[in-house]
Amino acid sequence: MDKLIEILEDIQPDIDYSTCEDLIDGHRLDSLSILSLIAELEDEFDITIPAVEIIPANFNSAKAMWSMIGRLQEED
Amino acid sequence: MTLSSLLLGGSYVGMTSFFTVAFLMVFLPACILLYTLMPGRAKKYVLLGASYGFYWLISGKLVVCLFLSTLSVHYFGLWLDRIHRQRDEAVRAAEKPERKAIKHAYLLRSRYVLLFAALLHIGTLLTLKYGSFFIRNVNFLLEHMGLSLHLAIPKYLLPIGISFFTMQAVSYLFDVYRETIKPDENLFRLGLFMSFFPQIVEGPICRYSQTAEQLWNVKGITFSNLTLGLQRILFGMMKKLVVADRLNPLVETVFTGYQHYQGGIIALSAVCYTVQLYMDFSGSMDAVMGTAQIFGITMPENFARPFFSKTISEFWKRWHITLGAWFKDYIFYPVTMSKPMKNLTSAARKKIGNHFGPLLAGSVALFCVWFCNGLWHGAAWSYIFYGMYHFTLILAGNVIAPCVQWTNKKLHINPEWFGYRLFQILRSCILVVIGELFFRAEGLRNGLAMFRRMVTDFRFSSLNQELLDGLGVDTQDFIIVGITLLIVLLISILNEKGIQVRAALQKRHVVVRWAVLYGLILYIVIFGAYGPGYIPVDPIYANF
Repeated sequence: MDKLIEILEDIQPDIDYSTCEDLIDGHRLDSLSILSLIAELEDEFDITIPAVEIIPANFNSAKAMWSMIGRLQEED
Repeated sequence: MTLSSLLLGGSYVGMTSFFTVAFLMVFLPACILLYTLMPGRAKKYVLLGASYGFYWLISGKLVVCLFLSTLSVHYFGLWLDRIHRQRDEAVRAAEKPERKAIKHAYLLRSRYVLLFAALLHIGTLLTLKYGSFFIRNVNFLLEHMGLSLHLAIPKYLLPIGISFFTMQAVSYLFDVYRETIKPDENLFRLGLFMSFFPQIVEGPICRYSQTAEQLWNVKGITFSNLTLGLQRILFGMMKKLVVADRLNPLVETVFTGYQHYQGGIIALSAVCYTVQLYMDFSGSMDAVMGTAQIFGITMPENFARPFFSKTISEFWKRWHITLGAWFKDYIFYPVTMSKPMKNLTSAARKKIGNHFGPLLAGSVALFCVWFCNGLWHGAAWSYIFYGMYHFTLILAGNVIAPCVQWTNKKLHINPEWFGYRLFQILRSCILVVIGELFFRAEGLRNGLAMFRRMVTDFRFSSLNQELLDGLGVDTQDFIIVGITLLIVLLISILNEKGIQVRAALQKRHVVVRWAVLYGLILYIVIFGAYGPGYIPVDPIYANF
């Protein structure tokens, strides 16, 4: 989880990722940030994020992202 | 008069339009009657029969293309599903370390099937729609290289609506490949999704998950759906007959003979064409949505008050929404999510920062989207230019976004201030009008010449009554168009505020509801541009 927060802070600082739950719905992360984020997550956690997983529910909070990463690692 | 010519109606022989006596007074009532008389389980087959009947009436034997397209996606969808099921079985039987490799192997297999199927459908579209354009350009190149070789220009019959049903077909295949939907084993259900008659000519481009189940589970027509649907059709009819058709003489005259007019008139005609295009296309969409609503079907909206957009990027989220969404889901995301683009994003972000890094990969995908978007509208360089024009505007908007934010902060400009938003809206409208000038011009060369004349020879004095009279429009026309646009603007403002006008009207007394309905009919009858002196504009998007 710490590594995920570190990646998020590197891409878009000035957000409290431990509490924020509307990163997408609240337009805090824009589409360019999402592009960077997906590339970084795939590299760092050795996963492939399929198109079907790229939905607001999976990216609205660090917790949701962490849960998606765990699920994808498990599936692999 | 043959049945076919009657159903295609008067001045629209050889072209499809919802706003003909034949469609509104013969075809649609016949469908409604048959649909109502048939028992519940047969209603969907009435819609399927009506859809194929409609397509046969407008396309004749080319109805075979629609059927073959449906048959093909049905087969490939099931093939993809078979691969997915085989993968699941293999993964279940394998040890964990082997699973990743197995999944990858099956992913490649399904990708090849998808690629082949998509190429088959898009290849057919490219050949039929762009074959002669491509050969003409090859001949031009050969001539300039001094070669005497001259390739014969092929002539193909182009099935009406092929761009629309091909995109629906490809989206279905992609969705099955991505496993966001299960493939349809029922050929009739898939056939109805592909052919539903209100949308086959001009869209909207629907996803299987949006309409297939709705269409297959239709129920009887309710009085509420009937009146709501008719209201929407009439509203669309008002846009088309009172505004789009009334502006047609001016647009036709100036765009076909711009050499005779000064910049002011050209600017006016560009504005009128933009209004005409919006009223024509959104009016047709109102007819599509209204017709579907009569049968209890909710289709995805294609417009959301586009001229309230503050940026060009926002404009394309509000104009022809289903086309933009298609390009986003099936071109933009696959390109940006491809391995080389992800690598480029990661590397560029480290070198040029969080904004420009991902923008680089995003721009490559954006270029692909806008090249395809331009070409989708037609086989001509002017359409490609139109796509590139919007690509440049959106890219420029993305590039300067941090600079604009910084400037606003320094100058203490609140982006939510009404004056600033109005400025943004006006700026977007002007940029859209310039784009539409190139879109409508008779070729790219003429478009550039018109634009040059508009900029270098602009005089307000050219907008005098004498000149306007020569363009087939008079003061009365402008007043009628102006009042109708005010009505549309008022309804758009209410919609923007979240007020659904038709739903609000449904709650009023029955006398009020019918008064509005009859008032609308009377308005169209009195102010509609039809009869001698008017040539109705062909449904513009039916040609795409």
